Amino acid sequence: MAKKSTETLVGLFVLQGILALAFLALKAANLATFSSVKTYQVRARFDNIGGLKVRAPVRSAGVSVGSVKSITLDKNTYQGLVVMEIREGINFPVDSSAKILTAGLLGDQYVGIEPGADDKNLAPGDLIKQTQSAVVLENLIGQLIFNKAADAGGSAGGGAPAPAPAGNPLAPAPAAAPAASTGTHQ
Amino acid sequence: MIAAVTRLGGMTLRALTALGHAAYFFVELLRFVPGSLRRFGLIVTQVYAIGYLSLTVIIASGIAVGCVLALQMYYALVPYGATESVGLVVNLSLVRELGPVVTALLFAGRAGTALTAEIGLMKAGEQLSAMELMAVDPRSRVLAPRLIAGMFSMPLLALLYSAVGILGAWFIAVELIGIDGGVFWSNMQSRVDLVRDVGNGILKSFVFGVICTATALYQGYETSPTPEGVAYATTRTVVFSSLSVLAMDFILTAWMFSKP
Repeated sequence: MAKKSTETLVGLFVLQGILALAFLALKAANLATFSSVKTYQVRARFDNIGGLKVRAPVRSAGVSVGSVKSITLDKNTYQGLVVMEIREGINFPVDSSAKILTAGLLGDQYVGIEPGADDKNLAPGDLIKQTQSAVVLENLIGQLIFNKAADAGGSAGGGAPAPAPAGNPLAPAPAAAPAASTGTHQ
Repeated sequence: MIAAVTRLGGMTLRALTALGHAAYFFVELLRFVPGSLRRFGLIVTQVYAIGYLSLTVIIASGIAVGCVLALQMYYALVPYGATESVGLVVNLSLVRELGPVVTALLFAGRAGTALTAEIGLMKAGEQLSAMELMAVDPRSRVLAPRLIAGMFSMPLLALLYSAVGILGAWFIAVELIGIDGGVFWSNMQSRVDLVRDVGNGILKSFVFGVICTATALYQGYETSPTPEGVAYATTRTVVFSSLSVLAMDFILTAWMFSKP
């Protein structure tokens, strides 16, 4: 009888271990998000992915619809190729656009998808053509300084549409030029 | 001068000899593990003594550490407006580090000392010699089942420690402080990876279980068979297990979490 009760208690001990693992896996880790929800992949090329990481969320209108599967450098175009997994059943028109956005002021970056208006939907493996890169703070500041300098030069020079004012040490004209071009990419 | 050099050399040699002796003992003991897996009853008894009886101290310590971590993290995160990350911080620190390490330290104190004292007294009472006379190797009958039980119990205890710690943090953060419960859990679910964080934590606690149990068994088996000898061996068990667990934890952390 004593033997039996020892075995029962050991059984309880093992059971609580399994329960603890189940709790950690389901409630306190990402097993629930692993679950067998079917997904399809779409791709997008970005000039600059900023701080985007694998497994970052993909959101549309702020609602999570999938996650980033892989990020690689496209050797031909020198752009970041981002492969996203989107839950099956959520379809986006072919002319949708993808942006790399930041959650909050200092938060993590995620991919935002803005639906287009086309009748046809993106098929698995399709490429989202309209993309907007991550905002790089250095480029933004460079652009700001450039614009300021241009304004100052313009008013001093008597209203002429000023090119980069020569002799101004603050104007990082070459640095600002690529920043200005990080717009919609076709 | 020469005497000092001689003493240094002697100390180094003795330390290396002891290390080699312990390593040899461990490898020899591992050979008996498959055989003693067939004596399942012995292992069950040991899991009861090593694992089940350690539950109280593990649960109490887990809840206490979870509550304190949550409280401290809350105060630290308030200036940054990131209080909803309390759960995530507590979860990651428990699952990755504190769960395995603190459980191993408690395990060395609760179960390791008991193992050392038990085997040391068996040796002092010449029970081990008696077994050898009956052609029963005490390593297969006494030591190997205890090693298996320790290796098996430790991950379970560490998992329980992390789980009750997170529940304690939930109680403090959500019930007492009033952080939103949904954010508390969803932050964890989006950032804690089952394989990378929980899985590596289990692997760590398994390694620590082997270290603690093997140290306790070695100290008990090699003790000088006197009351003082058993007392010293018990002390050495706690000191050596704790130090090797802490050192091993650093190595394992550097290896597991170095990649981003």
